[in-house]
Amino acid sequence: MIESIFKFFTTEPYWTLTRSILYLVGICIFVAANAAYLVWVERKGAGRFQRRPGPTESGPWGLLQPPADGIKLLAKQLMAPPGSDKILFWAAPLMVIAPPLVCLAAIPFGNNVLARDLNIGLLMVFSFGSINVMALMLGGWASRNKYAIISAARVVSQNVAYEIPMLLVVITIIMVTGTMNLQEIIVQQAGGFWNWNILRGIWDFSGGGWGHIGGNLLAPVTFLIFYICMLAETNRAPFDMAEAESELVAGAFTEYGGMGFGVFFMAEYANIVVGCALATILFLGGWQSGLGSGFGTLLTSWGVIGTVIGVGFFFAKMYFLIFSVVWIRWTFPRTQFYGLLNLSWKILIPISLFTLLLTSVLLKLPRLF
Amino acid sequence: MNIPQLIPVGDPSAETFTINLGPQHPATHGVLRVKLEMDGEFIVNAQPVPGYIHRMHEKMGENRTYAQYLPNTSRIDYLSAMTYTHAFVGAVEKAAKIEVPLRAEYIRVITSELNRISSHLVGWGAWIMDLGGFTPILYAFDDREKILDLLEAITGSRLTYCYYRFGGVCDDVDQTFIDGCKAFVPYMRERMKMYKKLVTGNIIFRKRVEGIGPISAEMCRKYGACGPVLRGSGVNYDVRKAEPYSIYNQFDFDIPVYQECDSLARYLVRMDEIEQSLRIIEQACAKIPEGPFQGKVPRILKLPVGDTCFATECGRGRLLVRITSDGKEEAYRIRLRTPCFTNLSLFEEASQGMMLADAISLMASLDLVIPDIDR
Repeated sequence: MIESIFKFFTTEPYWTLTRSILYLVGICIFVAANAAYLVWVERKGAGRFQRRPGPTESGPWGLLQPPADGIKLLAKQLMAPPGSDKILFWAAPLMVIAPPLVCLAAIPFGNNVLARDLNIGLLMVFSFGSINVMALMLGGWASRNKYAIISAARVVSQNVAYEIPMLLVVITIIMVTGTMNLQEIIVQQAGGFWNWNILRGIWDFSGGGWGHIGGNLLAPVTFLIFYICMLAETNRAPFDMAEAESELVAGAFTEYGGMGFGVFFMAEYANIVVGCALATILFLGGWQSGLGSGFGTLLTSWGVIGTVIGVGFFFAKMYFLIFSVVWIRWTFPRTQFYGLLNLSWKILIPISLFTLLLTSVLLKLPRLF
Repeated sequence: MNIPQLIPVGDPSAETFTINLGPQHPATHGVLRVKLEMDGEFIVNAQPVPGYIHRMHEKMGENRTYAQYLPNTSRIDYLSAMTYTHAFVGAVEKAAKIEVPLRAEYIRVITSELNRISSHLVGWGAWIMDLGGFTPILYAFDDREKILDLLEAITGSRLTYCYYRFGGVCDDVDQTFIDGCKAFVPYMRERMKMYKKLVTGNIIFRKRVEGIGPISAEMCRKYGACGPVLRGSGVNYDVRKAEPYSIYNQFDFDIPVYQECDSLARYLVRMDEIEQSLRIIEQACAKIPEGPFQGKVPRILKLPVGDTCFATECGRGRLLVRITSDGKEEAYRIRLRTPCFTNLSLFEEASQGMMLADAISLMASLDLVIPDIDR
């Protein structure tokens, strides 16, 4: 491994190295800003849903609320409960915030706006994305608190249950697109919105003319499955089993105070950003405008301006999805734990297996004749 | 109605652990403590430990005059203060044979029913909050605010009303209040339609309450459960119909009864009761007569020697006040039979073998007010 790192620093072109470092710093800032201001969006949004103004006191429209919260959390004493495993207890917050940072490195926000253009970007995002569970489990386990342990056990079975349909759905996408490179998946979805994977699966116009039947007839359903699994994987309502505050007080985070809790909180939003970005890339065309091929070539040919417009489209889609996550949280009650597992094992997994089968048959059929 | 029992309850080979739900826990809405014997997520045994907010309300009745004790009664179940004062005032009036003018009875019915609606709204919102939905409670409080504004205008307080007096009410109501009540009825009916769409029809909510926490009529009889819990188990018992007090027999209203015995049945009973209360308010506002609001009461109130019982239907069930008098200015003994205590007592049996989250749903469906348990 050391050799490969050494090789990276010596043989890679100067620009790639600088770009990587720049992007990594940028991603850290992006995650921090998102975590802080998504909390603000969530609180303002919740306020609107609940017929109240939300935060108003600090700054205009309460915009200084996140820094104020951050300062408060930083100023608090860090305490681990007596008898807890100190190392695991403090390792958990680090483990929970690191994976989404790594995941964002592979996510293209615009035309070539990404830290590392990986052939297996999708695989990397998923392999790092699932570390998050272990962090929650460790945090709950090390806390030496019964509520936290119950929560830890819940998190593990929940995430195992939801990782399966999510990956099955993603495999159908890989089969249709034929690549795990996120950048390439987006390029394939160029043109009108009917070329996005969510619709292209039904009827594929990309060949020109009247087009032909797509690879995945149930593409909108797979998007829905992906979205539900994304909610469950990020432990958001209505699947917030890890932090079921009316049952488990604060679940795995019960014993965390100050910035220990703050990091878990930030990681939750960072994970939502990763999940929604991935949903945008895989199903909603990433930074493609969806306004037809004329506008699409404009994004790639206009240099910096075109790229910026593309990033704008990406963010518009991603933040719409994030807003819908907030919307769902403040509308629905929490599901029951066995209901959650039933939903995954009895409904989502069979459907996603079926779509996988259907996709493989549809892809093979033309070659048979 | 039948949840398959996934583990044998009380199996000695099962490795269990104890967890303290409360006295400081978000789902107990106060200082109720439940000792849970758990096997993983399943409850083997749940033992409620009341007594953390015991304030000796019954004992206080023995060393103060009846008029001095009156404010105490509104602090027992703080969400249905009107009906609690009504029970005590009714018991004293019954013993001392005090006549209550008709207008005062109408005012009592209107305010009691408004209080019942506000109590059910809090119970409703808090229930959804226990299930993880935050928004409905704020909608409920928005409606409750309207009721509190109406009641504040005539009683001067917003929660622990001490509005009823022996022989009538403290102060007359004005036309603004009557008009406000008349305007509130159609407003609330519109809101109920929205709540049915938003919450009652919600699939996640249905899954959380349908078939959860079965409480049979037999179990209700065994523990003396009352109120919406009893009516959700298919027993048609409401004090307002069974032993009508005040002028409840002059109004046209139904007692909602559901046979399903689950949490959803108790939920629907409460929702229907809000609508029936609106019907009563509508009729009472239309018929309220002119006249005095306070009857004749002796300056020094002494009850004749003996026992007097008076029951009212409050938001959570049947409240019975029993005054034992030895002819002095103070009572010899005041006994309060409160609904939450009996409703809580069946929790131990009803929650056996349930999952933790379902037990929380069951406890929320009992709509407990903790000071009412401990008194």
